[in-house]
Amino acid sequence: MKIKKIFFIFFLSFFILENSYSIEPDIFVQSTVNRASAILSKNISKSEKINELKLIAKETVDIKGVGFYSLGNARKNLNDEQKKTYIQLFENYFLKSFSSRLSEYTNPEIDVKSKEKLNSNYTIVNSILIGTSERPEVKIDWRIYTKDPNNPLIRDLIIEGLSLARTQKEEFSSILNSNNGDINKLFKVLEEFSRN
Amino acid sequence: MFKNFVIILATLFLLMSNVNAGSDGDLVLKKNQPAEIKDCFEKINRATFAFNQALDGIIFKPVASAYRVLPSPVKTGVSNSLNNLTNVITIPNNILQGEFKKAGINSGRFIINTTIGILGFIDVAQYLGFPEYEKEDYGQSLATMGVGPGCYVVLPVLGPSTVRDASASIINFAGGDAWYNVTVNNDTRYFSDFDYYASKLTSGVDFRAKNFNAIENLEKNSIDFYASVKSLYLQDRQQKILNVNKIIETQNDGDWEEIDSQ
Repeated sequence: MKIKKIFFIFFLSFFILENSYSIEPDIFVQSTVNRASAILSKNISKSEKINELKLIAKETVDIKGVGFYSLGNARKNLNDEQKKTYIQLFENYFLKSFSSRLSEYTNPEIDVKSKEKLNSNYTIVNSILIGTSERPEVKIDWRIYTKDPNNPLIRDLIIEGLSLARTQKEEFSSILNSNNGDINKLFKVLEEFSRN
Repeated sequence: MFKNFVIILATLFLLMSNVNAGSDGDLVLKKNQPAEIKDCFEKINRATFAFNQALDGIIFKPVASAYRVLPSPVKTGVSNSLNNLTNVITIPNNILQGEFKKAGINSGRFIINTTIGILGFIDVAQYLGFPEYEKEDYGQSLATMGVGPGCYVVLPVLGPSTVRDASASIINFAGGDAWYNVTVNNDTRYFSDFDYYASKLTSGVDFRAKNFNAIENLEKNSIDFYASVKSLYLQDRQQKILNVNKIIETQNDGDWEEIDSQ
């Protein structure tokens, strides 16, 4: 009887623990945009803002996943060494591009509206970037990777129905196609972008 | 001219009734997948793209920059008026696509906004609770009839398009655009050629102004700006043809499922 009780308590506490750490994708997105918004509203230099935004991106974006997605079928032809090089180059490129895009906005106000669970791996979170006199209201959807519900990660931003990851994938594909599929050319372009 | 338009309309109707039997949403989706659309004239396209960028730098960017400082109500009013004018192309295309209810709604929108809304300056229909306006054109109608996009092309001044969409826009000049008919095609007392070309130029400036920061940002952060613009244009076009604004309806999730990083 005692063993049964202990087992029951153990099972119950495990269940509670498991659920208490699971983060809802919409709450995750709202908290991420609030953090980014707080940085963008700070009275600090642009380069300081970029550095702080990079830290948030490292924590909340599945950079490795986005990197392999952007590579398309070419990822299947990479050896381990090339994969390692690519991921490092991609991370530098992504962080620079992502933080530079975001740093142009001052005090962006984003409201999370709803979410749609596609399957156990993905949830789409729908939000609105509130319009100002400078720009119209913009619909932003977030593709959240939820394979590990305790650690949801952003995989794509879909602005007015246009996927940034898909655009990036086609951009990489264009570079590979115009260089006979030579991955080293893409490496060089990524490296140059990050350096400039 | 009206006769020409009726002939084109009737031909398209016939085409539609024949093609629809064999075409469904999935086929239209597949045919218009951005990755499936070939860039057959890439070298010429890239050269035209460079020309358009130069033109943008000389004309559209500075003018759009000045236009942006106008008071918001003026910009919204101009944008509303230009949008209202596009109804005269949208309505016949609603009919061609078999969307008669939308054709009725858009006709109501056009009449209300042109009269009470003072030549479309105020979007009264929106205040009255009309559904969100979706532009349609002859390229979209051909796509819903099952006509494939053909190759991707970049037109001088006008920008990205496909062979299908560029060819379909000829219908506008053959009677399919009532605004062109009353300004350029026919010698009316009230409008002149200038009104048509001024409206088109203002449309370009309005688009550039609305997307001013987004375009600058994209150019600055792209490793291949031409490929980025092409991808965004084709994604947008695919969604407009299917009348959806959700990426999950146009993107194959299998692309993502293969990526396992956790």
